Amino acid sequence: MTTELLIWLIPLPPVLAFFLIVLFTNKSKALSHSVGVGAAFLSFLGAMIVFVRALGVEHLGEHPFESSIPWLPTGETWLEIGVLIDPLGAAVLFFVAITIFMIFLYSVGYHNFGQPAGDHDHAGLPPHGATVHGHTVPSVEPMYSRFFAFLGLFAFGMYVLVISDNLLTMFVGWEIMGLCSYLLIGFWYGKPSARNAAIKAFMTTRIGDVFMLIGIAFLYSVTGTLSFREIFNETTLHTLASVPTGVLGLSAAGLIAVLLFIGTVGKSAQFPLHVWLPDAMEGPTPVSAMIHAATMVSAGVYAVIRMFPLLTAGYEGHGLTPEMTFVAFIGTFTAIFAATIAVAQNDIKRVLAYSTISQLGFMIAALGIGAYVAAAFHLITHAFFKALLFLGSGSVIHGMEHGVLHTGNHKVDPQDMFNMGGLRKKMPFTFWTFLIGGFALSGFPLVTAGFWSKDEILADAWYHHHYLVFGTLALAAFLTAFYTMRQITLTFLGEPRTEEAKHAHETPWTMTTPLVVLSFFAITYGWVGIPEKFPLIGGIFPNWFHDFVGHTLAEVPKAPEFSWIPLLTSIVVALGGLAAGYFVYRNVKTPAEDKLQIPVLKNKWYFDEIYNAVFIKPALWFSEVFVSKWMDKGFIDGILHIFGPITGGVGSAIRNYFDVPIINRLIGDGSADATWWVGKNLRPIQTGRIQQYLILSLIVIFVVGGLLYFFLLA
Amino acid sequence: MVPLSWYLMFAAALFSIGLFGVLTRRNAIAILLGVELMLNAVNINLVAFWRYSDVMAMAGQVFAVIVFAVAAAEVSVGLALVISVYRRRNTVVADELDMLKW
Repeated sequence: MTTELLIWLIPLPPVLAFFLIVLFTNKSKALSHSVGVGAAFLSFLGAMIVFVRALGVEHLGEHPFESSIPWLPTGETWLEIGVLIDPLGAAVLFFVAITIFMIFLYSVGYHNFGQPAGDHDHAGLPPHGATVHGHTVPSVEPMYSRFFAFLGLFAFGMYVLVISDNLLTMFVGWEIMGLCSYLLIGFWYGKPSARNAAIKAFMTTRIGDVFMLIGIAFLYSVTGTLSFREIFNETTLHTLASVPTGVLGLSAAGLIAVLLFIGTVGKSAQFPLHVWLPDAMEGPTPVSAMIHAATMVSAGVYAVIRMFPLLTAGYEGHGLTPEMTFVAFIGTFTAIFAATIAVAQNDIKRVLAYSTISQLGFMIAALGIGAYVAAAFHLITHAFFKALLFLGSGSVIHGMEHGVLHTGNHKVDPQDMFNMGGLRKKMPFTFWTFLIGGFALSGFPLVTAGFWSKDEILADAWYHHHYLVFGTLALAAFLTAFYTMRQITLTFLGEPRTEEAKHAHETPWTMTTPLVVLSFFAITYGWVGIPEKFPLIGGIFPNWFHDFVGHTLAEVPKAPEFSWIPLLTSIVVALGGLAAGYFVYRNVKTPAEDKLQIPVLKNKWYFDEIYNAVFIKPALWFSEVFVSKWMDKGFIDGILHIFGPITGGVGSAIRNYFDVPIINRLIGDGSADATWWVGKNLRPIQTGRIQQYLILSLIVIFVVGGLLYFFLLA
Repeated sequence: MVPLSWYLMFAAALFSIGLFGVLTRRNAIAILLGVELMLNAVNINLVAFWRYSDVMAMAGQVFAVIVFAVAAAEVSVGLALVISVYRRRNTVVADELDMLKW
């Protein structure tokens, strides 16, 4: 099979699984998950084959795997869609395939497959547990099959996005994922909070998507193509960069890049559209949370990385263009801003959610300052360790739910970290893998993947003299290490703080296996991108990642030169943050003892409240009071109420003064009267005597003939 | 050869006599006779025009023959009506036959 054909086939199994489950196998849980996991495995296999073949190609950047078909007739030409695997696509495909396959596998365990159906479980609500021989045991998810169907559709969207060679199909995949995120966040639709979160996520990302669509339309109207390879050639970019738009002094390239970037702001939960992601943790499972947080949000960053040539068109290497400054600002601000919120959250998933927002900010900031490879590198390492952390947190919650079922005290929130503690003994697999993920997130020096990618971003910022970005990101990195260690300390270390934590339980193999696999990558994936000039260990492995992904661009970006300052900074902030987190939270027992529960951080800088006051309240006021009460009931109905009497008056006036006297009397009755009168007066000439008739007709003939003769002939 | 206008004048005179008879005679049978005179005046015209124009074209003669046939049929129907009227009303005076109106 040719590689191109294989690439075309990669997204198919999950979508087939979706239809198969929805249409046929949804009654059987075992069959449904077999179909789902099987499809994910097929795609995984295909993706791996493509990845390995991509590694074997010399100069993949200049000669990527590509193939396209004409799809939509647009006047004289055809809009082509197709697939493209260049080095960036291959690298992203690699982590996407692995994480998606792991999610499928993990879901089997998370949704308690093999357990009895619950006593009081309803579709649309989380399972409450079943009683077997007097013991309460976890019960299987009532909508188990449905979950795998959604996952399949989601995987389809993600694969489509990654393999697309044009913005249109990429956008299609993007929107499919938006739909799936809505469906999965609202999976337990019986809970009002989940419903609201689903709507919030959908609406918020839609704001970004609209801008993105405008950007795509603008790009198409300017260039006449949506294919990446055609847009990113030198001439097109140069043209785009030199056409002014008159909007904020941006060039066409800049404006398009900013519009597309706003799509990413929504999708990747960047400030100011970040509000949906923490609420998405209402999503029933860490699995779906992880879909949003580790995979889907990566799509947003992936889109910006793809659009990097557009973003940097006109960038000479010094002095950022306005659009790059904008992107860098958003990224940097989000990184520090979300990190501060994460410090004060108690829900294990929410901490991770804010940490995701913060880390995505790192990537966006890196792209804003032109650090292409560093952003891609951090994207991939982050996907691995954040997936690991989310799955780990899911495992923790699952273990805690076990404890809750055991004690029967349903008031205890199994997601609140202050209800945990000491879980390292109860859940060793989860603890060690979570520790690896957490250290990777913190950037624990030398060993973990997160260190290398974060260090590269910092090094790039330092090397290009973006000191403000550098300083802010370093501070954010410190906070990252701090709240990560806080999380680990509160969850796993110390002694159990509740009965439930004492009875927590390690999760089944389907859940721990993905954790182990992902921790492997959370460590080793960093080693493929060690800078060559790094002291001692640099150069043992070649800086493969930089060479490989860097060749996606026409002009291979230069790796920043080695400097001690960013290296020492990243080591200090990582270790310092970890140590601070441990020592501050070592003995904290209750939220009251936590000094950092500052209201402004606890309440996420009041963004929900601000948005509520600035957008939602006015929108409600606008619709309820202005549109409904004033416009509709007052103005429109008022007009109708005026028109009613007016029309009635006009109608009766017409009837009384026109219809009855003129139409009825004058024309109706009058014509009859006239006819009758004429008939009465003409009657005498009808004598009934033939000869009189003849004389009459003779006279008429003479008269008419005479007149004709006189007027026409004479 | 006799000029065409003589035929036409003769036909016009015959027609006028017929018309006068139709308008003035009281007896219904006399009116019918007047009608016959008028028809024959037309026939004279037809034949005269035929003779003085294209002799090979038969239309004039054929028309005259058709007028004869129609006149014969008309007279037979007319006389039958007169007899029928006479039997019912015991009169053939046209002025008294005013059932069309009264």
